[in-house]
Amino acid sequence: MNSFTLDGAAIPFAPGQTVLQAALAAGRYIPHLCYHPEFKPHGSCKLCTVKADGHSIAACTLPARAGLTVESHTEEMDALRRTLVQMLFAEGNHFCPSCEKSGNCLLQALGYDLGVMTAGFRHLFPDRQVDASHPDIWIDFNRCILCEPCVRASCEIDAKCVFALSGRGIDKHLVVNSESGRLADTNIALTDKAVTVCPVGAILAKRVGFAVPIGKRRFDASPISAQALADAPRPLMPAQPCASCEDGK
Amino acid sequence: MTKLRVATTSLAGCFGCHASLLDIDERLFDLLQQVEFDRSPLTDIKHCGPCDIGLIEGGICNAENVEVLREFRRNCKLLVAFGACAVTGGLPAQRNHLDLDACLTEVYLTEPGLAHGGIPNDPELPLPLDKVHPLHEVVKVDYFLPGCPPSGDAIWQFLTDLIAGRTPRLGHGLIRYD
Repeated sequence: MNSFTLDGAAIPFAPGQTVLQAALAAGRYIPHLCYHPEFKPHGSCKLCTVKADGHSIAACTLPARAGLTVESHTEEMDALRRTLVQMLFAEGNHFCPSCEKSGNCLLQALGYDLGVMTAGFRHLFPDRQVDASHPDIWIDFNRCILCEPCVRASCEIDAKCVFALSGRGIDKHLVVNSESGRLADTNIALTDKAVTVCPVGAILAKRVGFAVPIGKRRFDASPISAQALADAPRPLMPAQPCASCEDGK
Repeated sequence: MTKLRVATTSLAGCFGCHASLLDIDERLFDLLQQVEFDRSPLTDIKHCGPCDIGLIEGGICNAENVEVLREFRRNCKLLVAFGACAVTGGLPAQRNHLDLDACLTEVYLTEPGLAHGGIPNDPELPLPLDKVHPLHEVVKVDYFLPGCPPSGDAIWQFLTDLIAGRTPRLGHGLIRYD
């Protein structure tokens, strides 16, 4: 099998795999945020930036190539990732003490693992709204980091295209695809993939809250870097049983 | 060994971080072998003198907070943003997307069920700022200890590192933002 080196270790890869996919499948962690194991790579958050043969590039969109030399766990790359995490925190309203995603949040877990002690930058404190119009699902736009798993899941898997990004630069924001712009006026359902893939606390199911207490959550058990295999590439999983198959698979 | 001098205060905070400092429990005795407290709620000294370490809980929400923060910065060799509010503005900063005048009007004058005693204007009250700021937006901050509050174990790890002259490293389970 072909292989490339990641921080000096040989990583085997299958044809078509990206550097990030091959690394995760081999149990080697490269920090990442907008990548989702079931979706086509997107390359927008840049958390997975590595040095590949000396060039900085997002590992999630870089096709694996035999003989490639990849450096990921270096102070230079981790410093870059810390800055990206800090900017995401400073740009939105991320108030972890009251967020029910705390402990299951990828942004927070990345901050912990990278040793981000402060957002550093001037906090923007943007004025954003909450959409609690839907009976089962709510959106807190304050926490949205524009990473797009919800957009991709809603189009590629749920076939509903409920979400999209609108605007440019600092004005970019998540929009809901209905005449009123409210979630209640879409056909989104609690069982949709789009509801489950938000890495932060922006899209949440109602009446869940702190049923699993702080201290018993995913990243309380072990740091995100110790959970690489959880994000190893896997086939698309339809959110609902397929109506055309007798056994519902 | 000369003891390090440590000052602490709570600005726009709830004293929860100070309560968590007491959660180092019997390790307080070890701490007191190595430090002595200057201005702090523990000593009731009113003004900060020359210190090695200043721990500041809470963000900056009024003119007095700014004055106290600057007094600490002038006197402390190392200034630590101690807890979520000092690091990010925290809970008090949740008013930042609202207009301050509208906030005061609603709370003191128009909101049903409240006393409507008028917006307090005693000259002794420090003037509120229009926004709540984390410490680093007002003065240079040397170290940050996040957490609402940071746990006793995190505070102990942080302080023992700092006192030993090391850059504090918290690691998994001790670095928390909630």
